[in-house]
Amino acid sequence: MEATGQSVASVSRLRAITGAWIEHKGRMVVSVVAIALGVALGYAVQLINEVAVSEFTQAVQTLAGEADLVVRGPHAGFDERLYAEIAADPQVAVASPVVEVDAHVVGHDETLKVIGIDVFRAGLIQPDLVPQGGDAIDSLRDDVVFLNALAADWLKVKVGDTIAVQVGLSQVGLRVAGTVHAGGYRLPLAVMDIAGAQWRLERLGRLTRIDLRLRPGASAEAFRRRIGAKLPAGVVIVPPQASVDSTTRLSRSYRVNLNVLALVALFTGGLLVFSAQALAVVRRRPYLSLLRVLGLERSAVSRGLLVEAAAIGAVGAGIGLVLGYGIAQLVLRFMGPDLGSGFFRGLAAHLTLEPISALVFFALGVAVAVLGSMTAAREAARADPARALKAGDEQRAFARLERIAPGAVFVGAGVVAAFAPAIDGLPIFGYVAIAFLLIGTILFIPRIARLVFGALPVPHRPSAALAVLQLRGAPGQATVSLASIVASVSLLVAMAIMVGSFRESLDAWLGRILPADLYVRAGAWSDTGYLSPEAQQALARLPGVKRVDFVRRQEILLDPDRPPVALLVRSLDDTDPTRGLPLVGKPFPARPGDPPELWVSEIAADIYGFRPGRIVDIPLAGRIRRFRIAGVWRDYGRQQGALVLDRDTYVALTGDRKVNDGGLFLAAGTPRETVARLVAQRVPGGDRLEITLPADIRSRSLRTFDRTFAVTYALEAVALVIGLMGLSASFGSLVLARRREFGMLRHIGFTRRQVGLMLAAEGAIVSALGLAVGSAVGWVISLVLIYVVNRQSFHWSMDLHVPWLPLIAFTAVMLVLACVTAAASGRQAMSGDVVRAVKEDW
Amino acid sequence: MLRIRSLAKHYDGPRPRTVFTGIDFDLAAGEYVAIMGESGIGKSTLLNLIAGLDAPDAGSIALDGVMLSGLSDDALTLTRREKMGFVFQAFHVLPYLTVAQNVALPLMLLGRGGPDADERVAAALASVGLADRATSPPRELSGGELQRVAIARALVHEPQLVLADEPTGNLDPETAAQVLALLRDSLKASGASGILVTHSRAAARTADRVFTLTAAGLRAGEIGG
Repeated sequence: MEATGQSVASVSRLRAITGAWIEHKGRMVVSVVAIALGVALGYAVQLINEVAVSEFTQAVQTLAGEADLVVRGPHAGFDERLYAEIAADPQVAVASPVVEVDAHVVGHDETLKVIGIDVFRAGLIQPDLVPQGGDAIDSLRDDVVFLNALAADWLKVKVGDTIAVQVGLSQVGLRVAGTVHAGGYRLPLAVMDIAGAQWRLERLGRLTRIDLRLRPGASAEAFRRRIGAKLPAGVVIVPPQASVDSTTRLSRSYRVNLNVLALVALFTGGLLVFSAQALAVVRRRPYLSLLRVLGLERSAVSRGLLVEAAAIGAVGAGIGLVLGYGIAQLVLRFMGPDLGSGFFRGLAAHLTLEPISALVFFALGVAVAVLGSMTAAREAARADPARALKAGDEQRAFARLERIAPGAVFVGAGVVAAFAPAIDGLPIFGYVAIAFLLIGTILFIPRIARLVFGALPVPHRPSAALAVLQLRGAPGQATVSLASIVASVSLLVAMAIMVGSFRESLDAWLGRILPADLYVRAGAWSDTGYLSPEAQQALARLPGVKRVDFVRRQEILLDPDRPPVALLVRSLDDTDPTRGLPLVGKPFPARPGDPPELWVSEIAADIYGFRPGRIVDIPLAGRIRRFRIAGVWRDYGRQQGALVLDRDTYVALTGDRKVNDGGLFLAAGTPRETVARLVAQRVPGGDRLEITLPADIRSRSLRTFDRTFAVTYALEAVALVIGLMGLSASFGSLVLARRREFGMLRHIGFTRRQVGLMLAAEGAIVSALGLAVGSAVGWVISLVLIYVVNRQSFHWSMDLHVPWLPLIAFTAVMLVLACVTAAASGRQAMSGDVVRAVKEDW
Repeated sequence: MLRIRSLAKHYDGPRPRTVFTGIDFDLAAGEYVAIMGESGIGKSTLLNLIAGLDAPDAGSIALDGVMLSGLSDDALTLTRREKMGFVFQAFHVLPYLTVAQNVALPLMLLGRGGPDADERVAAALASVGLADRATSPPRELSGGELQRVAIARALVHEPQLVLADEPTGNLDPETAAQVLALLRDSLKASGASGILVTHSRAAARTADRVFTLTAAGLRAGEIGG
């Protein structure tokens, strides 16, 4: 019985501390919702990213099957004689040669992965890729493919139909003879006989991969070292997992950035809890002091408040997990797991519950709520009960927030962190810098508010005058309510400046790299479309065409742990090779006797340490070639890095005269439509060329850019909504706490309208301060985003561009919303029997 | 100055009740009366009706010959602003204003600023013995001093009627006596009429006349032992 009695007493203590909070359910609900939204976004993004990586891993594993090692070359492939050498090695149990081609299927924009296999060997390593259906020798025919269900669905074909694949500017028909299971591969896939693929897709004598299973007892690592030393330049031998690692590594920065952005909403939610708890504790100050006077220990008060916060966090996090799972389901169903990055485009994915992530985000939700309440709980426990019982002592609670040292420490640490290097390719210190700058600024707000409010002139109108006097006399309450709005506004402004700068830089970059009047492309981004020398000549001879700049696209593997870099081969002007290349910094002057020049993108320069003037060895057509880095150029098109090489040099070194794209410069006055028509009519296979105006490429690129950042905007919008909720809840809380004041003002002659105006004026002043501080710190954070986070994450540089008009419009809307919120809070407060509030004690 | 006839007030809701009916009451200019009664009998309700902060269900209230029931909310507010002053049990001195700024509130509302207003505030504070606390924040004042500030605020704009609702309820007997004496003296000095609502017989004795509020109405009477 005694134990039961203690338990009841203990519950009563908690109830005594938290009871007043429970009475204000509205504000509690707002805190719960804020935490729930933050957890939901974080968990949803995490789930989607996990699903994307897991699906991608499964896809790669399906293609590699039970291979121990994979010999891998560039997309252009390597000499097939290597297969005979490796297969004959006594330690090799099975060697399965593969030709992998991203083919352009006529009538479709996306490419189809076609895998050419030796069905007998593949059956021993990759049984999932063995074709099903068709007659006995269909799997050996050269004009037959087997599709997985996703490919059949995407191409809208069934067994017996024929698909047309573009090769060069010609068309090759491939009959669909059956299906391929490839269960773990959730992208469209076609499998055909390797000899057929080599012949029909013009890969004669070339392989792209050899999958190897070693004999029992053979050391994969030793074998890898031994064979690796003998491989031609640009060909590597790696475990199958390496392919997953290199792609997931490439997408990691994007995924981490999205995770961080999603956590911003949770952070803003934490600040909302801070505001709500701080104001609630101040409102309850006399009440809590009474409990202290009656004998409740300091620790019991703070413990009770922290338990209260943990409960809010737990409920919010619980709801957030369910909501996050639902959001992830919806996003996967309607958008796929790509989230705008482009790394996992087209991947079909199924959501699975991730208990560890769920636990982590639940803990984060609770921790954020508890951390948000820490200051308030400490203040409540520290308050001198005798003094706190007196009216007007609330300001003493806020006075402690005005100390300069904590804010200065955070801002200082933030500045230092902004100059720290990346950790394992991730801008960890960049994120720390942003968090510290933000927290430091929030800690400075009470002092800034006192200075600003103190400097405000007192207007003549009683409502405005009282508003200013109230803010001057009690700046603490207003500034506490600013925390969440400053956080969300600053992050939104920072993102807007960063995205605006990126978009403007991208636009300017597109202008530089698209100088021609008309562009032609053979077969989208496939490996199979190209322009032969004859087609190139036919293009160049068209009436009205002054010049054609051709581009050959290839891939080069510089590091087995990273995806291949793009090699762009183009005609460079002898007199000005940098024409059309948006250079960053000065080019290295060419010297007689130097090896050929290579121009590297910023990304390649950052990843591989290529600096102007450096001499580097690059694998080209199976041999190591020496180049001098002539300069670094800005490239927003290829995240894996790109190299630009003069076409004459390339042809001399490789003999490859094919090209993928051409930029047509027209004679003055020549209509583009006429030339476009002539391309289709007079160039053999010209009707299969994709003909585009630079303006269309530009607008398509900007549309893609906007789509990529759509997720970012959505996450930011939620953070802003939480910020506004915080402001609204804080105003509501403040107004509620001032009902007696309004009652007195109504007694002595304030009209309802004057009280409303007073609150709107307070709302406007406080919000204007919040917006000004938020915008200022947002600008600083945007510099960290542009020069630190983006540079270290994606290696992109960009020029600073502040989107003034959208920011001014946003500020104006926010100001109006804040005034409306404040006035609405006032209306709500005045709606009850405010006159009788003069009789209330608390 | 104040004329009340057949005043009645009911409350609806889950527990409807009649607060009082048939209240007739006259207050002459410069007169100071006390209203006593049990808790919950409707003393504060009566003050709210007189202040135009609540509407009666029957009867009329006329202030200076003007019927309050015919006035809009804004007109009632203006009437309170110009013609009334208030003293509350819980002082209701705004914590974010200085003592002088609190006293100046009614003048600010009436648009009376400048040196004249400053002089009035200074005089009001001097009259309640707080001339040296003009720039102090209210939290530095004792309960008695806060109520003096409230009295100064109630009289600074020279109202015709001051309504005081349990002004000594939060004070110790000695301070309460000082505040009551000050209230009476200030009223008499300014010429304003005053209505004091109180439980305290001692407080009521400071008034010129004493009334007792019952459910049946307002009854003039003597204060017993």
